[in-house]
Amino acid sequence: MAMAFDRPASATIQNPPHSNKIRWGELDEDDGEDLDFLLPPRMVIGPDENGVKKVIEYKFNNEGNKVKITTTTRIRKLAKARLSKSAVERRSWAKFGDAVHEELGSRLTMVSTEEILLERPRAPGSKAEETKVAGDPLASIAKGGAVLMVCRTCGKKGDHWTSKCPYKDLAVQPESFIDKPSASETTVAAAGTSKSTTYVPPTLRGGGDRSGTDMKRRNEENSVRVTNLSEDTREPDLLELFRTFGPVSRVYVAVDQKTGVSRGFGFVNFVNKEDAERAINKLNGYGYDNLILRVEWATPRSN
Amino acid sequence: MRPILMKGHERPLTFLKYNREGDLLFSCAKDHTPTVWFADNGERLGTYRGHNGAVWCCDVSRDSTRLITGSADQTAKLWNVQTGTQLYTFNFGSPTRSVDFSIGDKLAVITTDPFMELTSAIHVKRIARDPSDQTGESVLTIKGPQGRINRAIWGPLNRTIISAGEDAVTRVWDTETGKLINESDKESGHQKTVTSLAKSADWSHFLTGSLDKSAKLWDTRTLTLVKTYVTERPVNAVAMSPLLDHVVIGGGQEASHVTTTDRRAGKFEAKFFHKILQEEIGGVKGHFGPINALAFNPDGRSFSSGGEDGYVRLHHFDPDYFNIKM
Repeated sequence: MAMAFDRPASATIQNPPHSNKIRWGELDEDDGEDLDFLLPPRMVIGPDENGVKKVIEYKFNNEGNKVKITTTTRIRKLAKARLSKSAVERRSWAKFGDAVHEELGSRLTMVSTEEILLERPRAPGSKAEETKVAGDPLASIAKGGAVLMVCRTCGKKGDHWTSKCPYKDLAVQPESFIDKPSASETTVAAAGTSKSTTYVPPTLRGGGDRSGTDMKRRNEENSVRVTNLSEDTREPDLLELFRTFGPVSRVYVAVDQKTGVSRGFGFVNFVNKEDAERAINKLNGYGYDNLILRVEWATPRSN
Repeated sequence: MRPILMKGHERPLTFLKYNREGDLLFSCAKDHTPTVWFADNGERLGTYRGHNGAVWCCDVSRDSTRLITGSADQTAKLWNVQTGTQLYTFNFGSPTRSVDFSIGDKLAVITTDPFMELTSAIHVKRIARDPSDQTGESVLTIKGPQGRINRAIWGPLNRTIISAGEDAVTRVWDTETGKLINESDKESGHQKTVTSLAKSADWSHFLTGSLDKSAKLWDTRTLTLVKTYVTERPVNAVAMSPLLDHVVIGGGQEASHVTTTDRRAGKFEAKFFHKILQEEIGGVKGHFGPINALAFNPDGRSFSSGGEDGYVRLHHFDPDYFNIKM
């Protein structure tokens, strides 16, 4: 059993002189590293046809965790030189001219760090596609409805959800919602018809202030009243609880100003009506902080 | 492939040549100093000091003992390959552009540029076995082509000399008489300056590259055009693989493409074409400037390219290069 490894702090191994066996009780914490026999043996996967050699070792690291270290090396033969006799002779010629004073470290000849390939020509079609996609990330506003997946950022249909849009940082969504309420209306409507996991910019999530009045009015319709809240329930708690159903635009918890305790009720405004509905169905009667919640539509008129 | 980069020259490369056994690579550049490298690992062996101008071309004898170089300093010099000492200097009235040893290394063809009142000319010099016997006498001088002759090489069995240059015409001259035997057809031939010439291993056909963005393959005996390879860039250098049916073309860059798109450095490429199918096989990128010189190792397993950037890139082919299917 080989015990060759680097030990950071304690240097000596407290081996009891009378026997080789290591007794658990006598081991220090650091001596846990002696338990090499617990580790799988070192494996060498010899050079395969690509010249790749793998060495797999197991060690205990400083925290005592078993660590697997895989070292992959690739041995390449750059070329096979089959030299004639005179060529072999030329190999031993003395350097002349400017090469006479060449130091060993002179970087005149270097192997390229980059792997260069003989690049096969690509079909003209593929190249054109790449540039097109990169060229118009903010192409058209979402047409919505007809196709299942519509990304509002780049307008691509059927490819990805807005939240998964690869160009999401290119979009100027928050401003567009404020500046062009008409545009935002259509996009929200589109979002309403599409599935619930749509992206909501931070300004529209719970707690943010928006200047778009349209948004506010609509969200009031998706308002959910939550009653029988515990004394210490606050806005963040409600947000945590309800956001799983969808984007929440506003939360409010009624708090008694004098005592600071919650008055036991609050309101949650969802961006989407379906989310509100699902929240009501799921959380009504839910046990939260030792109390049974009552979750219902805030205003009598709902659908 | 992992090319080996050799930065021995301060100025753009002009020419590359392997010796017959393929273990030495000679490089010429505009920096006055031809250099010899080991062709397997790119290690520099030595430099030949003595020229006072850009070195345009070189050739090495079959036994790798003699090197001849042509330079813009109006001389062509003979060197001892091993020691780097000058053996003889041929003086001319104008810059020398192209040099080539004959089969047997007894003669050499040297071309000179038009300069002042002199027109371009092709000179044939005798090369003595013993350098002390060497004289500067010309065996034959051929004049005729207008404009610069960029390259002149010996034809099969030294019976002919093939030249090509600025007037875009490829000519075949008889060595005995110095008369013009054949000329390439003006319409099917190149339309602009021919920059380079490369012959096949068995001398049955040869390749010319021109600034008209194409390279053409010709039959040696009849000088008929056999194949044309079209690229997007002016061609500065051509080479033919001795092993496979591949030709390599290296060149400059289309002027309009200079500052657009591709931001990666090192994008000048040597383009591989299938010799018979005329189709592009692929490109090997890497140079930071136009490629001015290309050479295949006689064993066909590696090739080198020299660029305007002063680098020589030596490529040993990966095993799958030999399995390319078209």
